[in-house]
Formats: sequence, C-alpha cells, structure tokens
Amino acid sequence: MNDAMDFLLWARGTAFDVALTIFIIGVIIRLFEILSLGRPRSLAEPKGNQLLPGMKSVISRTLPDNGTFKRQPLTVIAGYLFHIGLLISLLLFIPHIELFNATVGFGWPGLPNPIVDAATVIAITGLLAALWNRLTNPVMKLLSDKEDYLVWLLTFLPLLTGYLAYHRMIEPYPLALGLHILSIELLLILFPFTKLMHTFTLFLARWYNGAMSGFRGVQS
Amino acid sequence: MDTNTKTLGEALRRNGVTRRGFLKFCTATASMMALPPSMVPAIAAALEQARRPSVIWLSFQECTGCTESLSRSHAPSLENLIFDHISLDYHHTLQVASGEAAEAAREAAMHANEGAYLVVVDGSIPLGNPGYSTIAGFSNLQTLEETVAGAVAVIAVGTCASFGGLPKAYPNPTGAVSVSDIVTDKPVINVPGCPPIPMVITGVLAHYLTFGTLPELDHYGRPKAFYGTSIHDRCYRRPFYDKGRFAHTFDDEGARKGWCLYKLGCKGPMTYNACATAKWNQGTSWPVESGHGCIGCAEPDFWDAGGFYNALSVPTGEISRNASYAIAAGVGVGAIAAGINQRTRNKAVRQHAEVTIEDLEKR
Ligand code: SF4
Repeated sequence: MNDAMDFLLWARGTAFDVALTIFIIGVIIRLFEILSLGRPRSLAEPKGNQLLPGMKSVISRTLPDNGTFKRQPLTVIAGYLFHIGLLISLLLFIPHIELFNATVGFGWPGLPNPIVDAATVIAITGLLAALWNRLTNPVMKLLSDKEDYLVWLLTFLPLLTGYLAYHRMIEPYPLALGLHILSIELLLILFPFTKLMHTFTLFLARWYNGAMSGFRGVQS
Repeated sequence: MDTNTKTLGEALRRNGVTRRGFLKFCTATASMMALPPSMVPAIAAALEQARRPSVIWLSFQECTGCTESLSRSHAPSLENLIFDHISLDYHHTLQVASGEAAEAAREAAMHANEGAYLVVVDGSIPLGNPGYSTIAGFSNLQTLEETVAGAVAVIAVGTCASFGGLPKAYPNPTGAVSVSDIVTDKPVINVPGCPPIPMVITGVLAHYLTFGTLPELDHYGRPKAFYGTSIHDRCYRRPFYDKGRFAHTFDDEGARKGWCLYKLGCKGPMTYNACATAKWNQGTSWPVESGHGCIGCAEPDFWDAGGFYNALSVPTGEISRNASYAIAAGVGVGAIAAGINQRTRNKAVRQHAEVTIEDLEKR
C-alpha cells in the first residue's frame, strides 16, 4: 500500500546520501588526479603571456565555431539547445534551488515555472536530436561507443522523469518524484567515472589550450 | 432496532431539515463527487428512500481526532445529520453503553445485519504485541477480523486507519499497520486525513446510500471524487508558485501578501485531498489560506517525509553534514592519489638515464 511512498523516502534519504557522497568524493579525486599531474617543465623561453590567451580561448571555444557549424550543423544546434535548456531547468527551477540551498547554504532567484517547463522541453528535444544525429551520421556513429550512449541515457532520464513528475503523468505522485530523484542519483554516481566529468574539466582544458598557444606566442 | 426501518428522508424531516436544505446538501454532494447536476434529483430520491445502514465504528490506535472532526461542528450541519442518522450501532466514544453492554450491541448489530453492515475504522492496528491496544479484552486485530467478517465494506477513516499514520511513524514501536494491510478480501475505502474532512466521509456514505455501490478509488484506495487532484493544483496561491513569488518566513512581505508557501515546507504538490475546495469549519478556511503550508496529512508516512518546514524537494538526510564529510574524504583520497602519481613520476625521472651519441653508436 505504502510502497510508492517508501520508495520516495528511500530515494530522498539513504539513496541520496550515498549518491551525493560518491559524487563528491569521485569528482574531487578525479580533479586532484588531473591537477596533481601538473604540467611538464618547459625548457623553452616563454614567448608570451599565458593567462589572457587562456581566458580568451575559454570564451572563444564556448561560442559556436563557423567551420564546425558548416560541417555538422545539427551537432552545434542540438548541443546548444540541450545545454541551455538543461542549465535553465537544473539551476533556475525553484524546487532545485531549494535543494541547493539546503546542501550548500545559499540560493538564488529562480524563473517562473512555465519558462522552466519550456526549457525542459527544449533540452529534451535537443537531446533527442543529438541521439538521432549520433545514430544517423556515419562519422558520429563510428566515433560513438557504449559510454556515449550510457551518458546520453543518464542525462535523458532526469529530464524525462522531471517532466513527467511536474505534469503528473505517472501515478501515484510519490512514485513519479521518486523515479526522478533516483534517475539523478544514477547520474551522480556515474558522473565522476564517465565523460560527464567534462562539466568540470572543460574550462580547465579550454584554458590550457589557450595558455599553451600564448606560451608559444601564437594566436589561440 | 426499529429506527432501522425508518428512511433517511423521514429521519431528516423529523429533525427539522427542510426540503430545500436537503436538496442543497444533495447538490453539494453531487458537485463534490464530480457528478453532473442532472444527477441531483436521482441522489435526492435515492437518499430519501435509503434505509439507515447499520454502521459499526471501531477505534483502535487513534487520538479520537477523527471522531472530533465529525461530531464537533459548532452548528449542526447536514453532514452531521446524515452522520447522526446512519444507524451507528457501535462507537465506543459516542455510545452511552459501555463494557459488556457495548460489546453486546456490536454483536447484535452484526447478527441483525449480517452481510449488509458497514464497518468504519479509525486508528491503526498494532501487530507488535496484542496488549498494546485492546477493547474488552480483545486485541484490535481480533476485533477487526471478527467484525469485518460479515461486513459489506470497510471505510478506513483517517490516516492511521488508511496508512498507519502517526503510530506507524519511525520507529513504529507497536508494529502498527493499516486496515488494508489486514483486510484483503473486502473492499476497503481509505478516507485519509489527520483528521479527514467531514464532508468527505458523509460524501462516501451518501454515495453508498445513493448508488448502493462504493465510489471509484485511486491507487491508495481513496475515493477519486475527493482525492483526485492535488492540493497544489487547486490552491488559490498557485499563480504565485508559477510566477516564483514565495513567502520566506511566516511574517515577511510575501507571507503578508499571501504568496506561495512552498519554501516554508508546503507539501501541497504531493498531497491529494479536497481541503482547497471543501475547506474546514464549514467553509471558513483551510491550512494554506490561514498561512501555514500543507503538511501532507492525507498521504502515507507523512510524519516521516522530511520536516514539515523543509521544502518538498529537500532530501530527508543531513545533506550538508554528509556533503562536508564527503568533501573531506575526497580531499584525503585525492591527496593520496596525487602522492602516488607524484611518486610514479619522480621514479620515472630518476630512472631517466642520459644517453649520449657515443652510447648510441656503441650498439
Ligand atoms: S501554497 Fe502549497 S499548495 Fe499552494 S501553490 Fe504553494 S506549494 Fe502549492
């Protein structure tokens, strides 16, 4: 009788604690590993500044690149739609902000629900387009391995279950909410050990690329 | 029991309920049960002719709040009259008889109405030790099983009877269970709420009297007519939720302006009940209207579902503490990993031997 509620309580309690712990420990270890390797000592004379070109490439590589767009328009469009939709629905939905507030001790203003709802639809559409692209574009298909599909699924499930829970399309409601939370816990647990780590490493990598160019005195 | 032969219509008239008042009740009942207005005459006719059903009310591990909710209206209401004029043959809080006489009344009603009486239960049933709650020397489990055997259906009134409620809250010292955990071969209608809305109970009874059937139930065995939509979907503060306007404390500007109580822990989004439309104290107000968030009392395990004042999306554990432990552990293990990496590198550097052109030419 109370199964759905027991499931929700477990997902919000023990399971969340476990997932968050694995996530935090995993991410820190991985970042430590990467950073502690350091950079090889370069014997060459630096030919320029590193900081500014690094920052520049952080920005320039975040903006769409014309060449890539011409070759793979869908990758670029789906990528942007998905990431923007995801960031809005993850960070600007009031219940999510309350969760961050309870975890890190501070919050920020959110967006009205209809906007977040639309952002979720955009993110879901973007992800579906990305999957379609991956499956139909021969190059993408060749480049994709199991992990890419796993990571896609891990990202897709929270969006889908969140949408279904918000619109009460799964009954009873505690089951809907429980599934949503569980899907995020799966994501959190596998996050540090998959390509999802790019959330943390991408700006590091972009900065490093620019900084290397700056060091050599070439344009980043 | 000669009162049983009287119809409900006669009984109501004898108590001074006018035809107009009676029809008003029928209309209200029809709309609460989401029936079209064209059904009102049929409801009125059926209720008029209905014989008073025999009802046996069993109270187990409960606080009597459910009975209070039903019987303590300040002005006599039609709900109360309907409630009063079912043939309540046994209710140990309300009946005059006590002890053996009371138990005899229960048995007499069971024999006289074999297969036709309704059992109403409030309170949960302890399975831990039969002695935790007994009536006339019988454990609650014995009383329930014996009484339910000849009943048409069981109405579990209140969250304790429906889902276990407060007695079942962690760590559930008495091993409390709900009615539906025990009664599996008879229809069980759950009317949860701590306490439930009086109109919902009379609505279920009226449905039974009118149609001779039990109402349509949801996943939790609750009548869909009353528990079909969430508090949140019917809440008059909902536009503020959608616009992102919240009260952050109970006396800030948002609270005074009547903004949404989500951040103050309102459980309206996950709670299904009729409070927002039926309201309390004869339509005076309801919790959210009075400025306090919904505590989710009509849902299973609501006592254990995180603090009443924590936002619904906040997990139940000590997340900040756990997160800081995890950070500490991560830094510790990360440092060890860094140390190992450093050693590997230093070793590689040490093993790096200088090779000169002469060395190469020798080979
Ligand atoms: S006060 Fe509660 S029920 Fe009403 S809109 Fe806000 S969260 Fe929903």
